[in-house]
Amino acid sequence: MLETTRPKLVGASVKRVEDPRLLTGQGAYTDDFRPNGMLHVGLVRSVHPFARIVHINTAEAKRMPGVIGIFTAADIDGAAKPILATSKMKEYRAVPLPILAKDTVHHVGEAVVAVVATSRYLAEDALRKVEIDYEPLAACTDPEEATRPSAPLVHPSLGSNIALAREFVRGDVPAAMAAAQVRVKGRFRFFRKAALALESRSYLAEFNGGRRELTLHTSTQVPGIVRESLAELLDLPGNSVRVIAPDVGGGFGAKTSVYPEEILVCVLARRLGKPVKYTSDRLEDLSSTSQAFDEVIDAELGVAADGTLLALSADVTGDVGAYSVYPWTAAIEPVQVVSFLPGPYRLANYLGKVRGVITPKVPLGPYRGVGRPVSTFVMERLIDMAAVKLGIDPVAMRLKNLVREDEFPYKVASGIVWDRSAFIECLDAACQKADYAALRTMQHAARAAGRWIGIGIASYAELTGIGSKIPAAPGMPVNTGTETATIRIDATGAVTAIFGVASHGQGLETTLAQIVADDLGVRMEDIRIIQGDTAGRAYVTGTYASRSTVLAGGAAKLAAGAVREKVMLAASHLMEAAVEDLDASNGIIFVRGTDRRMTFKELARKVYVEFSRLPKELQQELEATRLYDPVVGTTSSASHIAMVEVDPISYQVHVLRYVVAEDCGRVVNPMIVEGQVHGGVAQGIGAALLEEVVYSEDGQLMTGSLMDYVLPSATGIPMMDVLHVEAESPSTLGGFRGMGEGGTIGAPAAIANAVSDALSPLGIEINELPATPERIFRLVEQASKQKR
Amino acid sequence: MSESAHIRVTVNGSPIECDVEPRMLLGDFLRTTLALTGTHFGCEHGVCGACTVIVNGDSTRSCLMFAVQADGGTVETVESLGTIDALHPLQEAFRTHHALQCGYCTPGMLMTALDLIRKRPLANDAEIRDGLSGNLCRCTGYQNIVIAVREAAKVIRASNL
Ligand code: FES
Ligand code: FES
Repeated sequence: MLETTRPKLVGASVKRVEDPRLLTGQGAYTDDFRPNGMLHVGLVRSVHPFARIVHINTAEAKRMPGVIGIFTAADIDGAAKPILATSKMKEYRAVPLPILAKDTVHHVGEAVVAVVATSRYLAEDALRKVEIDYEPLAACTDPEEATRPSAPLVHPSLGSNIALAREFVRGDVPAAMAAAQVRVKGRFRFFRKAALALESRSYLAEFNGGRRELTLHTSTQVPGIVRESLAELLDLPGNSVRVIAPDVGGGFGAKTSVYPEEILVCVLARRLGKPVKYTSDRLEDLSSTSQAFDEVIDAELGVAADGTLLALSADVTGDVGAYSVYPWTAAIEPVQVVSFLPGPYRLANYLGKVRGVITPKVPLGPYRGVGRPVSTFVMERLIDMAAVKLGIDPVAMRLKNLVREDEFPYKVASGIVWDRSAFIECLDAACQKADYAALRTMQHAARAAGRWIGIGIASYAELTGIGSKIPAAPGMPVNTGTETATIRIDATGAVTAIFGVASHGQGLETTLAQIVADDLGVRMEDIRIIQGDTAGRAYVTGTYASRSTVLAGGAAKLAAGAVREKVMLAASHLMEAAVEDLDASNGIIFVRGTDRRMTFKELARKVYVEFSRLPKELQQELEATRLYDPVVGTTSSASHIAMVEVDPISYQVHVLRYVVAEDCGRVVNPMIVEGQVHGGVAQGIGAALLEEVVYSEDGQLMTGSLMDYVLPSATGIPMMDVLHVEAESPSTLGGFRGMGEGGTIGAPAAIANAVSDALSPLGIEINELPATPERIFRLVEQASKQKR
Repeated sequence: MSESAHIRVTVNGSPIECDVEPRMLLGDFLRTTLALTGTHFGCEHGVCGACTVIVNGDSTRSCLMFAVQADGGTVETVESLGTIDALHPLQEAFRTHHALQCGYCTPGMLMTALDLIRKRPLANDAEIRDGLSGNLCRCTGYQNIVIAVREAAKVIRASNL
């Protein structure tokens, strides 16, 4: 029968629904919206890392053409509460994040004065005429120095520069270390990084005074979280605030926090009665959008002679910058480093300590992978170091210690529980695909010829699709563990499915439609997915933390199931058939084994228009809203294998081969999953080899353009092989596991191990990332000096 | 600042005549004056390539050029390619091979790729990568863009488009 032969959409590489508009220039990003009468905000940002604002003179700026108004913190005092990221963590301190700096600036790039003008050009002309007198203050930019009692405090009211501290203990580390035949340790460092979405941050606020209604278009990943914040900070009821994330040009975690400029445009639109837009340029982006990593990790691993891991200890110091981002807090990155450090391995004894230190720099925030790119880098380096010392092959070393099938669910030393995921299977699959043995043979031959070629492996696990039972960031005050779907068949038979997620490149309009189409029995083209918009939603957040397929996919299945039930009841009456004999596919409801059929369109018309003819119990809308909570979430895992060559003249690292085998459960759209892995790995390679936010010792930002902050280009990223490995189905609805972040988690570790392997004849270990040509050059110089 | 210059320029085949401020960037002119918002800015300092359009037959960064410099010339933007219902073969290849995610770099990528396909042999992937190396994409890892350009070049050349 025709209807039943249609292959399922879930599992198929369906072409993306989003693409035609994005490909033809009809995507609509925030800066593309231009309502009538729109005004532009330009911001005067601090040029000092830490200074008292002595005086602000705006007289000349006010006289500039096109200027509508100039606003300092004093001018908007009381218009909005400041943003405060609270936490349930025991040792945690934060100050409110001001909309504009009040008496003191705390990092280069902090906004001080807002200039509103009729065009962006005129706003920028005028902001050059604003004069600000500063009195520079002494500050520590080095996080370790900043913890000393004598160090000047960035926020004296906190009484300390330590924003947070935490410890994880399991077992008896000193005893296990003492018993270990081999101990390896190091001081690891992953320098500061920018997420660098290609679209920089942009916000457009419109306030309708008559209706007391605020609409914000924002380049955010979390329109729901922004709405709750606006309602709270501007003292408006939620039903008067609508936040729309239209097409968004990438986010990678940096667009998950609520930003002062987001509040500012709303304050100004309300004050001025005109639409107000702010679009940051790249320098502003690099000096005000939350950044990542910036941790020093002293770690030690104790191993038995046969390679069994015995004990791990780590002391992490994270430089969290000047403020705590909302809602994630300054704890999100450094604490996740210690939470995830033990990785996918069996390990009985663990001691993990972490401190987050406040310095006058851009606040640290979530970035793709959060904590895990750094924890994986450290753990995978330690494993390789131990393997070298023991003379065990790095693959064998990992196979010996990866949590085995019969050991799941496995509780990690830090309290995280891994559900069954294909830890070992992924490593096996990656080795097979890469032909690991052949790579080693190639490497030996190349080495004999004097080339610096190395192979690096990284295995990791992550928690994805996190439910309401665990906060997505330690101690954070917001529920990120639920997602709600509303699915409606309207009187024309068309399907609308509304979610709280906010796609910014992931293709959720496609993947969620695939799920809904399958479960409802309609065609892709019958469905419109609405997301990235808070209108009419009770509680939504957005897209982050590899949650959207798991949570929105689960909510879609629940709501689609409920709607389908209503459809079938109505069809049963209209088609005079038992519900059990009915089925639906391709937008047609049919009685199995017969040629009796009815389209969704016909059915919808009968339900809504010929309403009075239906029996009472069927007089209902074909609509359902369902909330899904995966409670704890599920584990995703992967193994990466990289082969690299270090150029002995330029010291550049070339990635020759890259293989990823990952378990993200049931794959909704393999094409999209592979694309996510490709992009994640490319960012991981960038993090490992190129990208670094540099501050001078006195706190000046040295990397304010894309000439200084270098992203990988098409010539620096290799072709990759991506394999999907499915272990048993997780307990999530639909069997989905999250996977948006994984690529970025594995790649830095795999590259660091590969470069270390390449340079092992010189005795060089890569314990600092990014391994830029300059760093490699210095290591080689040092090594050859020692040899002499 | 406020004195303006009169320019005549053909944009996507349509003749345009208007007054612009001499300092107005071509990209801003396209985006604001002409409401052709398909062209994006990713850095406004000539590195990312998101703003790439074709001026007088050559791919050009519209953040590094003033609108007045296009006076008397022709400009092609992403809006000159296919339509939603009839994508250009290059757009079709991007869709088929999943060469875009957030879509922000895509218009610039398409215009650069079109220029490459018109002018260069693109005999191998290395040449494609080299040609695309001035256009940054933060989402895709480039792999699928390279494949899409490779496949599109075949189709376009075969059909003499
Ligand atoms: S915006 Fe023109 S090159 Fe980046
Ligand atoms: S698709 Fe997002 S930057 Fe290229």
